[in-house]
Amino acid sequence: MTKIFKRQIFIPIAAMLALLLFNLIIDPSFFHISLTTNNAGDPVLSGNLISILNNGSELAILALGMTLVTAASGGQDISVGATIAIAGSVVLKIVCGANEVSVGIVLVAFLVACLVSMAFGAFNGALVSIFKIQPMVATLILFTAGRSIAAWINNNAQINISDPKFTYIAEFFPGLPIPTPFLITILCFIIMALFMKFTNIGLYSQAVGINENSSKLNGINPVFIKFLTFVILGLCVAVCGLIKVSRSRGITYSSIAENIEMDAILAVALGGNALGGGKFNMTASVIGAYVIQILTTTLYKYNISSAALSAYKAIVVIVLVVISAPTVRRKAKAVTDKIKANFARKEVA
Amino acid sequence: MKENVVLEMKNIHKSFPGVRALQNVDFTLCEGEIHALMGENGAGKSTLIKILTGVYEKDEGQIFLKGKDKAVVIRSPQDAQKLGISTVYQEITLCPNLSVAENMYIGRTSGMGMNWKKVNKDAEEILKSLDIPAKATQQLGSCSIAVQQMVAIARAVDMDCKVLILDEPTSSLDDQEVKKLFKLMLDLRSRGVGIIFVTHFLDQVYEVCDKITVLRDGQLVGEYEIKDLPRVKLVSKMLGKEFDDTTEIKDSSLIYDKEDAKDCVFEVEGLSSNAGIKPFDFSVKKGEVSGFAGLLGSGRSECVRAIFGADKVVGGTVKKNGKVIKITKPINAMKNGIGYLPEDRKRDGIVGDLSVRENIILALQVLKGFFKPLSKAEADKFADEYIKLLDIKTASADTPIKSLSGGNQQKVILARWLLTHPEYLILDEPTRGIDIGTKVDIQKLVLKLASEGMSVTFISSETDEMLRTCSRLVVMRDRKMVGEISGDDLNQSKIMSTIAGGENK
Amino acid sequence: MASFKKLSGLKKKVTGMTDTSLLLTITVLVFFAMYLGAVLFLGEGFLKPQTFFNMLNQNAALLIVSCGMTLVMITGGIDISVGGVVALVSMCCAINLDCHGGNIFQAILISLVIGLLFGIVQGYLVAYLEIQPFIVTLAGMFFARGMTTIVCEKEFGKVIQFNVENEAFVKIKDTRINMPEFLGTVSKRGVFIPAYIELGVIVAILIVLILFCVLRWTKTGRKFYAVGGNNQSALMLGVNVKRTKFTAHVICGLLAGVGGFVYFLHIGSGSPTHAAGMEMNAIASSIIGGTMLSGGIGSIIGALFGVLSLSTIKDIVSSMGFDENWWTGITVAAMLCLFLIIQSIVMARKSSAGSKIE
Repeated sequence: MTKIFKRQIFIPIAAMLALLLFNLIIDPSFFHISLTTNNAGDPVLSGNLISILNNGSELAILALGMTLVTAASGGQDISVGATIAIAGSVVLKIVCGANEVSVGIVLVAFLVACLVSMAFGAFNGALVSIFKIQPMVATLILFTAGRSIAAWINNNAQINISDPKFTYIAEFFPGLPIPTPFLITILCFIIMALFMKFTNIGLYSQAVGINENSSKLNGINPVFIKFLTFVILGLCVAVCGLIKVSRSRGITYSSIAENIEMDAILAVALGGNALGGGKFNMTASVIGAYVIQILTTTLYKYNISSAALSAYKAIVVIVLVVISAPTVRRKAKAVTDKIKANFARKEVA
Repeated sequence: MKENVVLEMKNIHKSFPGVRALQNVDFTLCEGEIHALMGENGAGKSTLIKILTGVYEKDEGQIFLKGKDKAVVIRSPQDAQKLGISTVYQEITLCPNLSVAENMYIGRTSGMGMNWKKVNKDAEEILKSLDIPAKATQQLGSCSIAVQQMVAIARAVDMDCKVLILDEPTSSLDDQEVKKLFKLMLDLRSRGVGIIFVTHFLDQVYEVCDKITVLRDGQLVGEYEIKDLPRVKLVSKMLGKEFDDTTEIKDSSLIYDKEDAKDCVFEVEGLSSNAGIKPFDFSVKKGEVSGFAGLLGSGRSECVRAIFGADKVVGGTVKKNGKVIKITKPINAMKNGIGYLPEDRKRDGIVGDLSVRENIILALQVLKGFFKPLSKAEADKFADEYIKLLDIKTASADTPIKSLSGGNQQKVILARWLLTHPEYLILDEPTRGIDIGTKVDIQKLVLKLASEGMSVTFISSETDEMLRTCSRLVVMRDRKMVGEISGDDLNQSKIMSTIAGGENK
Repeated sequence: MASFKKLSGLKKKVTGMTDTSLLLTITVLVFFAMYLGAVLFLGEGFLKPQTFFNMLNQNAALLIVSCGMTLVMITGGIDISVGGVVALVSMCCAINLDCHGGNIFQAILISLVIGLLFGIVQGYLVAYLEIQPFIVTLAGMFFARGMTTIVCEKEFGKVIQFNVENEAFVKIKDTRINMPEFLGTVSKRGVFIPAYIELGVIVAILIVLILFCVLRWTKTGRKFYAVGGNNQSALMLGVNVKRTKFTAHVICGLLAGVGGFVYFLHIGSGSPTHAAGMEMNAIASSIIGGTMLSGGIGSIIGALFGVLSLSTIKDIVSSMGFDENWWTGITVAAMLCLFLIIQSIVMARKSSAGSKIE
């Protein structure tokens, strides 16, 4: 029994169940799912749970990359929101540059966005691995410049794309009642799982994160591994960028994917992964991402605006890091040991 | 307490979980004396020093200081400083970004303000009186390590210390700097300061010290006047072997018949690295167990690290079967069939949070390459095979390696390298800090591997162990290769006299 | 050959310098080079004293915040909540003055209390619970921004930007302190326009002076350097490391509060989007001013020159015709990146030169 509690994945699942239970008690209609018909006349699923799966997609995809970066470099990339803006901007530039929106052009746009995001990921990675700058500080550069670069790419133009071929990505493919972003997330998850199965990225990044000296002596190149994780995160960012611009049918440079870096870090932490690097559990991070989405959706239900949300999430983060801080744990352990000792003494007496 | 005794430690006991670090140790230091504290790894000298400086608390025993009637209690480094016990460590414990004067005065008084003019003047005076070549206003980081160390000493002197502990202060200094440091030490001695000097360098002990206290295995071996204890005797006291004590060594039937060991697999010529070893030559013969002997800090680890590419190689070549191979990174060495079990298991060996299985397959996995991960079944098979083969005591292959005992952790690392089937395996202190049973297991294993044709280099602080396993020994002293012993010469006394060097040839 | 000798002499001088003054020298040189370049190539706008004073007027708040940031960075930490705190402070002050009939002293008190609270909580988490400063202050930043919105929504029911029309406040806000006559200019019509600075600049300069003296000459100040240089060593030298880190964060929080008030005094309105990216500018100023992220190295004068360099390059970019606001972000980031890499290289060189000497 105690084994279940010790499993890493227990934390996010417990958090998820707690939130769902809360909603169940307050308002059982939270779980209502219905099959409705959308504007195009296709049958689609709708309901709070579906919207959680739908809206949590970007976060879940980001959590995949962020987990790897955290494991290998012991820090987080805080530029993801800004690079999502860049990726989105690139997608829109190419899609709008074409005369007509076609599946081909969207695909090309996505591929170019992938390359651009990976290049920015490589930039972050180089600063961290080669120049040995702390990850959060190194990514601070793009955190500031990213949205400006995104605006610059499209000359700050207001873009509106309502062509269904483009908006399918964030809504529903005709005939499929499941939201497309969720399908994309599953695809990303599978690709990541395969990547982890057919390469050693998992073992290497954990080894580098836990003991860089030892990894080096076993022939691993820590510089390259750290660099690689940032590039992979860049790829995840590109996918998010595509979904985001499709969802909003355009882009607001200053606020697209705002605060998502915070959520992504939170997802990794909620998944029970050490923010200081080392062992990780990808599935737990993804579940953590959905937990945050449930939290967000729940708070929205009580009319809390998106800008105010960050205050609540900040409190959650602080509580989480305080609980997981080694100093606090040590003190807590000392206290419980004392209580146990007292208890034992009483029993003896 | 005698008139001129400044420090007396009586019946000191200290144990850590599973280890008795110090048992009933006495130590006495007089005014104006330089007292060497000697002992090999695990002898307990650093524990003793840490008790004296308040880093550890003693379990039993008493510490007396001159001028204090009762036994003193030392709970923190600050307590020790207040009592006039100052320590200068091997790694500098000053702030390199502050000025020399600031380093000498910061943290000593409370309050906000500071009369910097006066401080600088005072500092300048002390530096001058001790003949330390630094300016008070200079940034500490821009001084050489030797000068930084002297500044640390100056701080101690100015704090009116009566007992000065120098913990391996010379290991990163060159000869000239060591001379300067010694001059300073002699100067302090003439002022009546009692100095405890911890070092690995025998020459230095005989150059400046008045007395020697030797510890071994947490126990006091004895206190000697320097003139009563020639080098070879000192070495034998440290290692715990008397001169004529060669009886039990030859009886081991395990000694491998070295007639076959003819062909060189690896040849090392003039290799030197940025870790400060002098260029050395070395050859590795097929199926032979060779060893690097020497005291701690003599450069034995640095030599093998250079061969493995763990330190940056700055000169020399390595040949495999007569062909020059390029080793700049550990992976190059691994691809050429070299395995290396590092000296510091915790820092360089284990990957603490990973499971035993992952730790076992790590090196093989890296050798296979990034895109060819072992399947779960293969990994399980290898892990189980080696857990059984080496008798690793672990709850399961999934247990994180950090929760295993030291000996079992070491076996896991050994398994990691055996799994790669190296032609040449380097074991740097594989038996340090592990129980006797495992030690013997490892020694047996080494001999078995050699009989199967693997070349092994075995490094240990214990000469017995080396004698039992190695058929050829390279002796290191002060980061230089000073001799090679093989055949009939291979006995305690020869090794000790080579290690000791100097007058007792 | 002679020039070679000179060069090696220079090199010796450079290696002999303290790290702090070496990096500070680079910054000061870069600033003067940029300003000179701007005067030479971009015309006379830069020659007018008022251009320079405007830089101060616009960046007084940033300067104050950067001083706090520099202090925290010297101890080896970082505080990215400062921008959020500035926004929260100006929002609270604005609401107090505009909607609740508060007076200027209440506003000042509010600023100081908010700043102190942030400083104390974050300082405690960082220093005594040993949590990574980045995570703590990132959460602090989101909390402050979120609270700004919540406060605004609570008052007005929606997110808006509004100007404060409290008379006493407007009077203080528009107070200009004229500079000596020779710094003024005469307009085309022959009217004399004196050069002026705002009240906030006085506050900023005072803070720079005080902090400079504290860091340079008091023991408390040197303890910040000791902790940042090597906190293990500092502990062995008898410095209370935890308390020193805590103090640094509290001062930084307090300065963020003061900075918030000065910002409010300059801009005279409240909005959740105020001071967006200010933490970034403050970090950039500190880094450009020669403060090392790894701690132990840096100076308040560096922060001053960092802020000046930053605003000079912004002015240069905009007067070169790159008016679009994104250029500012890109330039700041590029400059930050450049200085980060310079630091990384300078220190690597220095340490390798040092190890060779050994």
